Order: sequence, then C-alpha cells, then structure tokens
Amino acid sequence: MNAKVLALLLALLPGPAFAQGFAGLGGSAEGFALPDPATRLTFPADHGAHPAFRIEWWYLTANLTGPEGTDYGVQWTLFRTALAPGEAPGWDSPQLWMGHAALTTPQAHFVAERLARGGIGQAGVSVAPFAAVIDDWQMLGRTGPGQDALAQLDLTAAGPGFGYDLRLTAEGPLVAQGQGGYSVKSAAGQASHYYSQPFYRVAGTLTVEGRAVPVTGQGWLDREWSSQPLAPDQTGWDWFSLHLEEGARLMAFRLRGASDYISATWIAADGTVTALPPGALRLTPGRTAQVAGRRLPVEWRLELPERGLDITTTALNPQAWMGTSVPYWEGPIRVSGSHKGRGYLEMTGYR
Amino acid sequence: MARAAFGALISHWLRHPLQLAMLLLGLSLATALWSGVQAINAEARASYAEAAAVLGQNRLTRIEAAAGEPISQEVFVALRRAGWPVSPVLEGSLRLGEARLRLIGIEPLTLPAPARQVDLAAGEDLAGFLRPPGLIFTSAETAARIGAGAADLPPLRRADLPPGLALTDIGVAQRLLGQPGALSHLLLDPAVPAPDPARLPPGLVLIAPEPEGDLARLTDSFHLNLTAFGLLAFAVGLFIVHSAIGLAFEQRRGVFRTLRALGLPLRALTGLLLAELLGLALIAGLVGLALGYGIAAALLPDVAATLRGLYGAEVAGSLRLRPGWALAGLGMALAGALISAGQSLWRLWNLPILAPARPREWARATGRGLRRQAVAGVGLWGAAVALWALGAGLWAGLGVLAGLLLGAAFLLPVLLAALTAGLARGARGVLGQWFWADTRQQLPGLSLALMALLLALAANIGVGTMVASFRVTFTGWLDQRLVSELYITTRDPAEAQAVQGWLAPQVSAILPIWSVEATLAGQRGRIFGVADHATYRDHWPLLAASPGVWDRVAAGEGVLVNEQLARRARLGLGAALALPGGGALPVVGVYSDYGNPEAQAMLGDAALAARVPAAPRLRFALRLNPAQAPALAAALTERFALPPEAILDQAAVKAFSLRVFERTFAVTAALNALTLGVAGLALFASLTTLAGMRLPQLAPLWAMGLRLRHLATLEAVRALALAALVVLAAVPLGVALAWVLLAVVNVAAFGWRLPMQVFPVDWVKMAGLAGLAALAAAALPVLRLARSAPADLVKVFSNER
Repeated sequence: MNAKVLALLLALLPGPAFAQGFAGLGGSAEGFALPDPATRLTFPADHGAHPAFRIEWWYLTANLTGPEGTDYGVQWTLFRTALAPGEAPGWDSPQLWMGHAALTTPQAHFVAERLARGGIGQAGVSVAPFAAVIDDWQMLGRTGPGQDALAQLDLTAAGPGFGYDLRLTAEGPLVAQGQGGYSVKSAAGQASHYYSQPFYRVAGTLTVEGRAVPVTGQGWLDREWSSQPLAPDQTGWDWFSLHLEEGARLMAFRLRGASDYISATWIAADGTVTALPPGALRLTPGRTAQVAGRRLPVEWRLELPERGLDITTTALNPQAWMGTSVPYWEGPIRVSGSHKGRGYLEMTGYR
Repeated sequence: MARAAFGALISHWLRHPLQLAMLLLGLSLATALWSGVQAINAEARASYAEAAAVLGQNRLTRIEAAAGEPISQEVFVALRRAGWPVSPVLEGSLRLGEARLRLIGIEPLTLPAPARQVDLAAGEDLAGFLRPPGLIFTSAETAARIGAGAADLPPLRRADLPPGLALTDIGVAQRLLGQPGALSHLLLDPAVPAPDPARLPPGLVLIAPEPEGDLARLTDSFHLNLTAFGLLAFAVGLFIVHSAIGLAFEQRRGVFRTLRALGLPLRALTGLLLAELLGLALIAGLVGLALGYGIAAALLPDVAATLRGLYGAEVAGSLRLRPGWALAGLGMALAGALISAGQSLWRLWNLPILAPARPREWARATGRGLRRQAVAGVGLWGAAVALWALGAGLWAGLGVLAGLLLGAAFLLPVLLAALTAGLARGARGVLGQWFWADTRQQLPGLSLALMALLLALAANIGVGTMVASFRVTFTGWLDQRLVSELYITTRDPAEAQAVQGWLAPQVSAILPIWSVEATLAGQRGRIFGVADHATYRDHWPLLAASPGVWDRVAAGEGVLVNEQLARRARLGLGAALALPGGGALPVVGVYSDYGNPEAQAMLGDAALAARVPAAPRLRFALRLNPAQAPALAAALTERFALPPEAILDQAAVKAFSLRVFERTFAVTAALNALTLGVAGLALFASLTTLAGMRLPQLAPLWAMGLRLRHLATLEAVRALALAALVVLAAVPLGVALAWVLLAVVNVAAFGWRLPMQVFPVDWVKMAGLAGLAALAAAALPVLRLARSAPADLVKVFSNER
C-alpha cells in the first residue's frame, strides 16, 4: 500500500479512539463507508475525493536527475481525513486536508507541510478539470478530451529552502492494485481502494536553496482511500515503489503487526498487472541508520524468485526524514543486484 | 559599648511610644498607598500584557484591510492560494446579559505556532473544536461571569486565558457574532516564507506586531494618574516620618552628647542611628506592604470596573502578589526613611560634642531659607506656566500639575510668614502680638506639615471640582443623547426583521443602531450609521457644526466625528476624513462623546451601508409615547421571548451609564480621602513634635500670670488659624488644579475638554474638614499642656539648656 501516511490531524489527537496503529489508521471506522471488493473503479470520478471514507490520498513521488547526473527525489502528497463522513458547506465541513512536499538531494532533505479545512476553497480536489490543491501547492491536470484526467499533470510546491515546478506525462495506463483496486492490508481483512499511475515521465525545474536545477526523470502517483486500512495490532509499514530499468514496475509493502503482512504487485512495461500471492516476495531489512533519534533500515533486500529478482535498495539520502506532524521516513532509493533501477521507499511507525 | 549605646538610643522609643507609632504609621501609610497603587497598576499591566499576547499578537505581523473594515473570507482563501501563510481571525464583542465577552475566532490548522493559546492537541478537543456546535475556551473567572448566558453558547472549556476573553473556532465565531464570511484580520506565520510584501493585494496592509498592545497605550494615562496620586500620598506620608524623626533626634540630643562624651565615636553613633532607622523602616515597610496589598485588593474591583467601562480593558478582579511592586514598595520605604532622616543625620554628623541648644538661632537662620524657598516656588510656577504654554500631551499636563503644586508648597511658608508678620504688626495688645509672633516662630517646624495639608486639600478641591464638573456635564450630555424611549437588542437578523415588522405600526420611529470597525485617521475606531430623524437633528450634542449639518450627513456628503477623534487627529470642520469603501468626506460636525476612549464617526445610514459589507442590524432605538413604553416593552418580551436584558428603557441606560461613571471615580475619591487622612496625621505629628519643644516658650507666659487653660485655648486657636490660612491658600490652588486637570490633562488623556464649574459648598465642607483635622491634631498636645503640672513649667527655668 502506498500506505502513505495520511492521518492528518487525527494523529495530533492522541485520544483513545485514535491511539491505535500508526497515525490512527488502526482505529474504528464508525459511520464511515468501508471498502467493498465488489466496487469497481470508475474514472474520472474516482480521481476525486470520496468523503464517505475516512482517509484518502493523492501521493506522487518522482526520481529525478539533474544536468550533472545528480539524483534528486521529489514528493507531493495531499491527504484528506474526515472527522465525520460526508460533506457540509463552509467551516462546518468535516473534511481536513494536509499537504506534504519534500525534495531530497544526496546531501539534504527539505520538507514542508500545509494544513487546511475543507468547505472554504483553501484545499480540495476537483475532477474535471482535475485539480488537487492546498494553498499554492497544485497538481493540475492539463489533459485534452478523451485522455485520462491524470495523463498529464503540472505539479508545484514550495517550502523553506526548496521548490519545484514539474510537468508529468503518463506513458502507460492506470494500474489497479490488489484485486481490481481492492487492496487487502491484513489477514483480518482490512483493506483499501488503491490504484496507481506508475508510468510518468517527468521534466521541470527544482529550486534548491535559491538555485534552479533543470531535471528529468520518472514519477509514480498513488491513489488510495479507506476508512480503516490497518488491523489494530499493525504498527507501521515499509512500502516500495520501484522503476526497474527494463521498464517493469514493482510495488511492495510489508505491514508490521503480530505477524507481518506482505503484498506486492508486478507491473510489466506495458501495464499488465500481476498481483503477487502472499509469500511470493521476501523483504529483508539490512543496514540501519540513526535517523531523528530512531534506528531505521536504509538498505533492504527484495527477493522475488518467480521473476528471478534479487535486489538491494539503498537510500539516496538516509536522512530523508519527514519531520511533519505525523513523522515518517520517505525518500528516493537506488536499486542494484539482479535488476537495476530506482524508486521510493516509505517507512512508518518506527520508534 | 555599641550594645549599651544602642540600648540607650532605643530606650527613647520605649519612653515615647506615640512618637514611635507616628514614625511607623507615617512610613507604613506612605508605603501602603504607594505600593497599593503600584500593585493595582502591575495587575492591570499584567492583564494588558496577557491580552496583548493573546494569539501572539505582540509577536506576529498581521494583515488588515487598509480602512479597518472586515476582510472577506474569500480574500483569505485567495491569499492562501497565492502562497501567503495567513491564518484568519475574527474578533468581536458578544453581549451575554450584563456580561460582555471578547470573542475571538481562530482557525487552528493554519494558526501560527506563536499564536497557539490553547493546547488543542490534548484529548479530543480539536475534533470537538472544529465540529459543530464547537467549543468555547475561557478562563474560569470569565465562565463564572457568563453564568446562565452559557445556555446559548457551545460547551465551555477552561483555559488559561485573560479575563473576558473567549476563544472559539472561526466558523463558530462568525455564527455567534452574526458575521458569516467575515474576518477581522489575518495573522502571518513567520515560520513559512511569504511572498514579497509588495505583492499584497491593494486594500490590504501589513501591520507590524505591537509589543505593547493597544490597551497598554490607551490606559497609560489612567495609570499615570494613579501613580501620580500614589506619589502624592507617599510624599505626604513622608512629612509625618520627617517630623517624627526630627523630633526623636531633637529630644535625644542630650543622649547623643552624653554618648559622645563617654567616648562613642561619631561614626559609630551615626551607624547605630542609621541601623535603628533602617530597622524601623523595614518593619514599617513590611507593614506598609501588607496594608498596600489590602488597599489594592479592596480597590481593584473598582479599578477593574473603571477600566472596563472606560476603555473596554479587561483586568483580572483578583490580586496576585508580584515581587516587582513588593520590592519596589520596600525600597521606597527605606529610601523614604533615609530622605526624611537626611537632614537630622547631617546635623548630627556636624554636631559639636558640646553644642548648646539654640532654637532661636535656628529659627532666625530660616529667614534666609524662606527667601530661597520663595525663589524656588516662583520659579516652579514659571516653569509650569511655560510648560502649559509650550508643551503638549499628558506628560506636559502632569508636569504643569507638579510645578503648580510644588511651587505652591514652597511658597506657602513664605506666604504664612508674611501674613503672620502683618497680623502681628496689626495686633492690638501684647498678647495678640505675642500670639502672632510666636505663631511665626513656629512656622519652620510646622511648615512641612502645613505643606502636606495644603497639597492634600488642594488635591481634594481640584479633583473634587473636576469630578463634579464632569458629572454635571455628563448628566446633561446623557439627557441630550439618550432621548429614545426604548433600546432593544435582537439575537439574529431574522429576529431583527420580525421585531421591526411587528413594531412598525406601534411606534413613531425605529432607529437602527449599527456600526462597523474602521481605521479613522490612523486610529482604531467605529463608524455608526445614523438614520435621518428628529431624534438626532434636535438633540444630538454637537460641539461644532457646519450649516445644514444633518442634511449633509443624511445625504452622505459629510461625516460627524467625536471630540476625541477631532482633537487627536486635529480634524476641524471641513477637514477631509478617509473612510472605508474609498474616498474621503468633509467633517461637518463634532460631537461630544464622553466615556468613550475610541475614535468614532457618524455617517448617514444609507451612505455607510453603501461603503461597507452588510453588517447585521440587531440593535434599535425606538421612539414612542413615553407612557406606552413599559407596556410595549412587556409586549415585546412576551411576543418574541426576548431575554430581559434585551430591552432597556431610557432610565435603565442612563442609570447604567451613571453607574459606570461613579465607579470610574470611586478609586480617585478613595485615594483622595486617604491622602487627606495622611495629611491630618502629618499635622498631628508636627504639632506633637513642637509641643514637646514649646514648654520653654510657654513657661515665661505662665510665670507672668497667664493661666494654663488660656494658653491651651490659644494653642488650639493657633492650630485652627493656621488651618484656615492653609484652606484660604488651598482653594485657589485647588481651582487651578481642577482647571489643569480639565483643560490639559483630560484632553490629553481622554480627548475631551469639559467646561469647569465651581462648587463653593464643597469648599466650605473642605474647610470644615481641615479645621476638624487641625483640631484633632492639636487636641493631644493642647490637653497635655492644659494638664501640665506647675512643677514641669517651673523646671523650665532651672533646666534651661
């Protein structure tokens, strides 16, 4: 799961109802809609918000390269969380929005966060034309008729010491994760609706401490919504999105709980999706680093024997810590071993 | 040796407990009044600082509409979408029965960290705060004040907030204040980079943080007045200390000589006396602090009411012991004791071991002193006049006051010396001549006490005249201004509509009372929209008006300003005043507006409505046959289930205004009375001092055949005569003081000038009071004299020093 953090302010509320799991994602979902395996994704409607569900995100990561071959990573995320199901006008809206933006270089990691109330126009998502915004951070669709609304995106964000302005062009189809977009998260049956666009070609400009850097690279968008994606005993996860050199993509996550729950999707270069059965992929944490007072694995070994895959991922910058109101690790990684490539790693719930 | 010497020195106090009591009483009263006033000021300032720190407003830059009008919520959203890290705030006043809340609506998600007043992260409060019906955070004190009014509010939560303040979500505030979609200002988050200030949309301005806050500035004059009073009381108290110490030194001359003759070094003697003095001062200071705390605690509710009524400033009604004023008070006690004893210590230092007593010599030496005093007094008056002519502002006003009072104090002995000399010359009979000559000889010893009496009397007359003038003017002004028979406040626009519809056929006029906040000539203030009606045309108290003033106001061609604004911004008739909504209008009239510290303007109803976003009109004044008012009020309450405080008749509004007025000056009156009491004590201390030294002068008269009773009567008459002379001097001084207060200090402090009126009956009362004080002060020495044993008088001749 692109289990991406989410959770907004719920995490700021260590009340009993929210004390479970990472960022309250293991809490109960009273009154909220629950993911249904019978639901089929419909576009462009599902690009928009699902206010009946408690949490949702528009999560974009990009691996970029500068003119001298320097690697960069960029994250742009809009989280939605609802204090109550549904929508109401003005300040009465129960919908809260949180934006995270980050830029990672081999030496530095820049982070910014934005919070907004729904209902007043400061943040939100519209479908036609597609626009996901919070303050001046924007993910805007500029797609012609007949194209998917997410096929072409303009992406901007800025924070202390950094900023970026990127154009994204999808070179493959949308990809439904799990079973037709129904992604199971635990043996107990917790699940979410989850689809991705892993085929973005990216070009644009980064601003790193006042210096403009032209970049190109690859991007990956995750869309996910749910009301209770974690089982009560699950405390966090490790999530991978990998662009392999031969064109295939791999999504894999491990939810850490009483017993680990591992799930993965193999996406061929043409967009053909194979949901890998539980146990097919082996995830082994390797070298650790001290990050923000915690010890996290910044090297991983991934083994998928059925595809002849045995790779090691290494963080571009082990200190890619998101010191946001819900803290987590999120940064670009390099892939070496049987396959080459690059991608993004997210690790949550480490104490 | 030192111990024995100390014992000898101390034994004096044991034999003269009254003197000791005087010394301690004087010093502790002086300390009490001073530190009491300082404690009040410190409490108030702490409240202002807290209020200024609310939402970090003393540290955060804010964005406001240039003309001070509300900002639309769309502007906030547009700014956020343009990258401005702003957070919306809506502030307003919410009336709940008698209580008035300053309601502040915030948006917790965007609120900058320095503005986070309430820890919403604790528990589940954030969700409760954001979701309807919302939460309201107040201090326990404020919650208690709201009382039953809380029924109409979202649930209350306790928080450490300044009194009178309530914090809630922006959406809840918009609903409760009846201002949907409106914001007062935006806070800029310093932690997030903001666009170039030059890119701020037109009509908006960046306001730098105010470390001090409006309240502190607004109420400065009030606290300065209190401080001046405290200082006056302190000085008057020091007169007592001075005479008590002087007496103690004088009477212990013999002991000093003996101790010196026995070989005690001068340095050691001085050290012992200094230690004794500081020890006594410390005791008195501590007692004074305790008394001061009591005075402050007793006066604080009145002060708080005054500040609320006059400035809308909220001050906690309970007093906290703050080290600042306590230490300062103790320091003042020690410093005061040293100042009072300075002269005596200096004399001791220069005392030849075997110096003879030379009271007359001393008295004659004061002749030169008188001349110097006269020069100093006239100089001070000259300075006061110069300051009045050239200076401006509150400090200049207080400087004029200080010069006037001090100059008068210096001139008083000169005047009395001249008067008694004249009277002695004009007196018939040897007894009369002796009486005046002797009075004159006593002046140096009494002059300080008489100065204290003069200052206290003049302050009483001056402040009394000011307050009485104010009251007469204020009452008349209320009669003029409050002409409508009923004043009603509705709860929401729908109710306002319904009430108006229902009332229309039953009353002769419904006059909406509505206003918007605005920045007027750079000052925070309000603009009222007024209907074109005879109520205003015939009654509204105008100080200056252009021809056809009401026609021009109604037509939106001119604006009325209150006296405060006119004076502060120097806006005369015809001057242009920039208004919200763009453009400026000429000032066509100036009206008096007592009791309101803010700038205010009045514009025609329609003209104002055209300039500002629709503000709800919830309050109305009704014109109708006064005889029908009670019945209509009852019917209104019945028909719309209005709360009782929603309908006020004219009398109730007047009573409320007068109550605020009376409370405003309750503190002044209390301090006045205390000061006069202290002055009476000073006189008592001085007379007691002198009485001890006078036997040698009275004994010859007794020896010549004057009866003791006669002598005692003469002494009492002398006290009365001196008091009468001081009263004669105090009346013109008090009137001058009142004039300075009304024409200089008030104008600077409040922005209004009042016509002065004199109240001679009060002077007579004051003279009676002064006579009583003098008699009471003289009673003990006189009784002692009358009861002196002949042997004591005879001893004078044998013991002559």
